[in-house]
Amino acid sequence: MSTLEIRDLQVSVKLPEGELKPILAGVDLTVKAGETHAIMGPNGSGKSTLAYSIAGHPKYQITGGSVTLDGQDVLAMTVDERARAGLFLAMQYPVEVPGVSVANFLRTAKTAIDGEAPKLRTWAGELRGAMEKLQMDPAFAQRNVNEGFSGGEKKRHEIMQLELLKPKVAILDETDSGLDIDALRIVSEGVNRVRETGETGLLLITHYTRILRYIKPDFVHVFVAGKIVEQGGPELSEQLEAEGYERYVAARA
Amino acid sequence: MTTEAIAPPPSTKSQVLRSFDVTDFPALNGLEEEWRFTPLKRLGELVTAVKLTGVAPAIEHGDLPAGVTLSHVDNADAVLTPFDRVSALAYGSADGVTLIEVAPETELAEAVVLRLVGKGGDAAAARTLVKVGAFAKVTIVLEQTGTAVLADNIEVVTADSAQLTFVTVAEWDAGAVQAQHIKLVVGKDARVQHVQVALGGDLVRQSTSVEYTGRGGDAELWGLYFADAGQHFEHRQLVDHTVPDCRSYVGYRGALQGASAKTVWVGDVLIRATATGTDTYEINRNLILTDGAIAHSVPNLEIETGEVAGAGHASATGRFDDEQLFYLMARGIPEGEARKLVVRGFFAELLNKIPVEELRERLGDAVEARLAEYTS
Repeated sequence: MSTLEIRDLQVSVKLPEGELKPILAGVDLTVKAGETHAIMGPNGSGKSTLAYSIAGHPKYQITGGSVTLDGQDVLAMTVDERARAGLFLAMQYPVEVPGVSVANFLRTAKTAIDGEAPKLRTWAGELRGAMEKLQMDPAFAQRNVNEGFSGGEKKRHEIMQLELLKPKVAILDETDSGLDIDALRIVSEGVNRVRETGETGLLLITHYTRILRYIKPDFVHVFVAGKIVEQGGPELSEQLEAEGYERYVAARA
Repeated sequence: MTTEAIAPPPSTKSQVLRSFDVTDFPALNGLEEEWRFTPLKRLGELVTAVKLTGVAPAIEHGDLPAGVTLSHVDNADAVLTPFDRVSALAYGSADGVTLIEVAPETELAEAVVLRLVGKGGDAAAARTLVKVGAFAKVTIVLEQTGTAVLADNIEVVTADSAQLTFVTVAEWDAGAVQAQHIKLVVGKDARVQHVQVALGGDLVRQSTSVEYTGRGGDAELWGLYFADAGQHFEHRQLVDHTVPDCRSYVGYRGALQGASAKTVWVGDVLIRATATGTDTYEINRNLILTDGAIAHSVPNLEIETGEVAGAGHASATGRFDDEQLFYLMARGIPEGEARKLVVRGFFAELLNKIPVEELRERLGDAVEARLAEYTS
């Protein structure tokens, strides 16, 4: 069973002028395979910074603490090594890669993650199946990665990768944003399929409780000003739904 | 990294000096608008001579399909009136004309592949004339390899309703120098797609000019170039819309890497007062892969009529997109492979214009191999 351990993680964002602006002020979190965690917090609290710094985005600099996956030092790895070690980040704004088809991209990613090319015979079926489950048109595979995709298509494409790449721990950054209710349902079903395998730890980052009505978290963490200020079970998200973040933000003021 | 959008010079492109006689053109000093980006010294005799005496490489080919003939003739009516000194020099120095004719209504499933293999020697000149008959539908590929110092003019005439895809590939060896002019004459309702690829050679300067002879003509000029350290690739287009209801699209893309890799793109489109209903767009994009490379990009659009269907231009020169790289690497793809994917993707639209799969694949691989020189 895989475990992602985040200990006292401190992260700064690199500003264009070269200065560092501290964002994360000591984050402690443990995510085990089969568990679903929700990180909830107001805008600007550093939720996305947590996601992108774990994935290794060059915009962020780690200034303290540690992140390990099954005891391996994640922070010492390059971005691609982290992914091959079993980390996955479903992005809020996935970028376009012109001229690279979804089919080519997914096959290349699958080959990199598995360390060998998927068998031609079974891969086509696996891809088709993954697309069907997310109600994507087969022609989608021939389109260029994220080019001209609607918001819903981008998110479905992210979740399709989650299902195909089978990571040990997946971070979903604001996957619910910009989705209408039908798309949210389709995407949530995909996440729940991954969850039911019991082999992936999930970390849902969200501002709103809406997605948590479809994907029930085991643990909820309230994130304010770069750290976790309260933890609890699913009931905490219901409380946040009713009361909002004012209480936490006000407590800091 | 430079992107320029300059105002058209006071005398428009339509009024430039045109002559078959090289001595009608003043000696070049490199300050001329048309030559200011070009390292004249490296063109050597192509700039200084009034007559080139070297032997131009011959065009080689396999069995030609029915309807296509290739011959060498002493002379042929001029389609192009040279409008720069080197083009005039090539015209006056060429020993005869290589004439390629496609009979009317010839439709070929397979491309006609012509190979020009330079074998070194003195600076030489060549003239090629391609005539495509009415309603013919063909793809002609011209591969230029080996080494040479060559000034050449290629004149292409498409008759009414002809459809021509013309792919020219400059894959010269190191040391080769070429100044080429390609003139495309587009017949009524004819369609010409030119794909111009520049990968090899020390200095390759290619001008393409387009003229229409009847309504409904359609010209698409696609270009792909990849300049390494020390290479100079220059592409200039002059699309002259004098006839109503014609269309042109110019799309050139380049990648550059290494110290003093240099590319120049200058796209001139003229829409004359008579050319109502013209639809034109030109775009150039450059991807700078390393420090020390310079891409010049200059779109010019002169419009003399308000009644156009569309007219626009765009130019963008930038570095590698780190967000694309992050996205691909976050899916486990190693950096070198991710870069290859992005660059091949950058050129995919252009490569897909080449209707010959083997050539398309080979050029895609060549681009990837180039990239590998700078990434481990």
